[in-house]
Amino acid sequence: MKPLQRKLLRELMRLKGQMLAVAAVVACGISVFVSMSSVKHSLEVSRQRYYNRYRFADVFVQVKRAPEFYRETVSRIPGVASVSTRITADVTLDVPGLDEPATARLVSIPEYRTPVLNDLFLKKGRYIEPGKPEEVIASKPFLEANHLVPGDRISAVINGRKRNLLIVGMGLSPEYIYEVQPGSFFPDKRRFGVFWMGRRSLESALDMSGAFNDLSLTLAHGASEKDVIMRLDNLFKRYGSLGAYGRSEQLSDRFIVDEIKQVGIQITFLPVVFLAVAVFLLNIVLRRIVATQRDQIAVLKAIGYSNEDVGLHYLGFAMIPTAFGAVAGTLLGAWLGRGMMDIYAEFYNFAELVYYFRFEDVALSVLLSFAAAIFGALGAVRKAVQLPPAEAMRPDSPALYKPGIFDRESLRKKIPVSLRIIVRNLERRPWKAALSVLMISLSVAILIAGRYTNDCLERMVQVEFSRKHREDVTVIFNNPMPPGVRFNIASLDGVIEHEYYREEPVKMSFGHRVRRQSIKGIVSAEGLQRLVDKENRQFGMPPDGILLTTTLATLLGVRPGDKLQIDFLQGRQRHGELLVSGTIDEILGLSAYMNLGALNRLAGDGGALNAAYLRLDQAKAGKLYTTFKKMPGVAGIMMLKAMKESFNELIAQSMNTSTVILTSFACVLAFAVVYNGARISLSERARELTSLRVLGMTKGEISFILLGEQALLTLSAIPLGFLIGIGLSALLAHALSSELYRLPLVFSAVNFLFAFLVIVFVSVLSAFLVRRRLTSLDLVEVLKTRE
Amino acid sequence: MPDNPLDRGEHVEVLRITDLSKFYTMGEVRVDALKHISLEFHAGELAVLLGASGSGKSTLLNIIGGLDVPSSGKLFFHGREITAATEAELTAYRRRSIGFVFQFYNLISSLSALENVQLVTEIADNPMSAEEALRLVDLGHRLNHFPAQLSGGEQQRVAIARAVAKRPELLLCDEPTGALDFQTGKLVLDVIEKVNRELGTTTLVITHNASIAGMADRVVRLRSGEISEDRQNLTRMSPSELVW
Repeated sequence: MKPLQRKLLRELMRLKGQMLAVAAVVACGISVFVSMSSVKHSLEVSRQRYYNRYRFADVFVQVKRAPEFYRETVSRIPGVASVSTRITADVTLDVPGLDEPATARLVSIPEYRTPVLNDLFLKKGRYIEPGKPEEVIASKPFLEANHLVPGDRISAVINGRKRNLLIVGMGLSPEYIYEVQPGSFFPDKRRFGVFWMGRRSLESALDMSGAFNDLSLTLAHGASEKDVIMRLDNLFKRYGSLGAYGRSEQLSDRFIVDEIKQVGIQITFLPVVFLAVAVFLLNIVLRRIVATQRDQIAVLKAIGYSNEDVGLHYLGFAMIPTAFGAVAGTLLGAWLGRGMMDIYAEFYNFAELVYYFRFEDVALSVLLSFAAAIFGALGAVRKAVQLPPAEAMRPDSPALYKPGIFDRESLRKKIPVSLRIIVRNLERRPWKAALSVLMISLSVAILIAGRYTNDCLERMVQVEFSRKHREDVTVIFNNPMPPGVRFNIASLDGVIEHEYYREEPVKMSFGHRVRRQSIKGIVSAEGLQRLVDKENRQFGMPPDGILLTTTLATLLGVRPGDKLQIDFLQGRQRHGELLVSGTIDEILGLSAYMNLGALNRLAGDGGALNAAYLRLDQAKAGKLYTTFKKMPGVAGIMMLKAMKESFNELIAQSMNTSTVILTSFACVLAFAVVYNGARISLSERARELTSLRVLGMTKGEISFILLGEQALLTLSAIPLGFLIGIGLSALLAHALSSELYRLPLVFSAVNFLFAFLVIVFVSVLSAFLVRRRLTSLDLVEVLKTRE
Repeated sequence: MPDNPLDRGEHVEVLRITDLSKFYTMGEVRVDALKHISLEFHAGELAVLLGASGSGKSTLLNIIGGLDVPSSGKLFFHGREITAATEAELTAYRRRSIGFVFQFYNLISSLSALENVQLVTEIADNPMSAEEALRLVDLGHRLNHFPAQLSGGEQQRVAIARAVAKRPELLLCDEPTGALDFQTGKLVLDVIEKVNRELGTTTLVITHNASIAGMADRVVRLRSGEISEDRQNLTRMSPSELVW
């Protein structure tokens, strides 16, 4: 090894605390980048492979009932590659060990071969056999949640008749990567499952021979999805179609695409912050090294080392810790990425969720961090290179101090010398002080943003599961019921409160903007269901007109007071005009609310009901559930408590993981910035502080001068960090919000308190470490050495 | 045959300085460090540049060593104009031809004695081995000691070993005994004298200590940036005979 390399290594070892801090910050940034990009890539590839291998359709349309020969008609539409028709139905299940009825989505599959489109991945068991109508394949999450295995039996009420089904296989489908009950946002694996059943047996059970109610197709290369959808809409309008749609509106795919997008957002914002801090740290550390080694630089140059040799040598001080950070960050990132994929595997049902660790991601992140290292080191290295050797031989000229704000005659007497030294130091290099404050505040900001998602989730749970909904269960009817159904329900023993709503699919248009959307007709906004926005404010139901969620209003380009054109897609398919009476910024989904009576009048029918919210007497709930299981008109039941539990279990858990990671990274960041700041201060001032000790100051007094400056910087960084944290959270909330959900901007006092305590703890820790060095300063030695 | 060309009666010009001036501006004040200096040095010569602090001797040494550039005038090394050299040529000049010894030794504290010398042997064209250089200054037994483990005189001897290891043509010593006591200082001067005698290296020692002048072939005295005296010693004293 060459002497200069040896010098570099030994001095890095001497500065190991500071260098480790730099490496740790780089490692955090790289690990976020590597884990997030590899997760994003893995999700994308897994999704695409799954879709390709199991022939996931491009366009979907649901109808009431259409003759089978339309399959031929559709396949002749230009741009259509292959077509598949199916029969689907939502039915209630009697799951062993479960009081309340569960819902199954029955999907037909051919008996003699595997489906042309939307094929199944058979995880366990076997495919159904022809001539055995009771055989079904059930979805994996449902079977696992209910501890069922192929070979078990389960009874279902199909078209009013109880059927005993035999589970022969456990399957998964690209259509249900995110498996939720229609009308719900969060999976409830115990109470909802997809069942694949032979086409023949479903035809006979639902009286659908020679007909279908679900069609999906794939597009030929280069075909226009929009044109095909338009043709399909024309074809199937009279068969009760609510409109064909592409993958982008398929619920499961939308959730995954949103997730991939969100991961992408985190890739950009977090590593940028970490690398910025790394740049800053390298800058101050290297400047200090160059300043203390002026004479050594002079000697090297006098001996005949070239500027490049000297420059590269000092660049090494930046490159080596960065390289360490990059290696550690890559390993940590691979580990984190794998862990995240395990969480995704819980949440999303891929046939094969493979973790792809990409060399490109590592290469890119390493490249980025080295660019950051060079950028951070550049100023100091340039200084070392440009230092004329004759000048470097002389000690650095004393820093220029000027009278500052505390030096006015009136103030001077009141302020102790030590405080004046602190203030003058900060005044002398305001940019350095400002940068230190900014860097500390960035770590405060990441702490705030990391815990913001927690607060946000709590608000979501509070709004969605307690404020907005107060029912115990939602009973969903499989067909619209006449208004009289309420007397039947009210007469059931154990029903304390009951409330109904109508959900009417319509086409809304305003100018050239058109959207398919359901209008929810509700009786009141003060009963079991309330209208609550993401800021937890309650809304009243306007007596007339239509109330739109803000996102929907934005999509349609309407404002309160505008007139919206409405075309009903079912029943008499009437046309109407509605006044937009207001907007409400809800957390989940897109909705349009109307007074039930007004909706009935506009539809021009005698009124219809799609579901009931019920509050139950818990003592009688079990018996009621048994009744519901037998009722042919009931498609399923959604339990608020179960949804809340599954929300907490799945989403909250994965969010908590990311909060823990972010919090630990923010702690690393805070420690690195504060500790390095104090160490550099110590190195810059050791001589001065020791001289003060020689003059008779106590250890406490000189500690106050050194640590007081750091404390002042840290304290002023906290409020700034709070502000940046709020801004960062707002940015996150905005970036992560989609049509599916909007994140409310809420902060608990605990969040700020936590960030405050972490920063104080980290500062005290680094003060403790630095003070140990400060008190062990050798008075004689320090004065002997030349600065 | 002796290694020193002077002893062989040869007078080869190594260094020629013509009308060299250097001034600094400090704030609004112009400081003339060197005023119209002209000098020549010959191969194998051991010259002492005497002067009080502020006389301009360090500035002259820095310019000769290629560490600083004059405001006007020229400097030739073996007939090649150093004052017209580029940065890269200056680096090569220092790397090949010049050895430096500083008042404060300026050793790299994180490198051992041997490694400090290797700093030079690494990049020189035809160096002696680092061990050989250290043996030349009688430090063959302290190769692996770090600067903090060496006395001041030993550190200065490491610095001299570092300077001569590349077999420079010109050895420049800036107050080599300035930070040392009398006895140790004499030991260091002994080593410098030995290098000059045995290797024939042209040596310039600058000092404010007039007693050292006795060991030189030639004494140049500077005062306020000008040459006030330039004389030859008829006989060179051994450093051990010096008294101050």
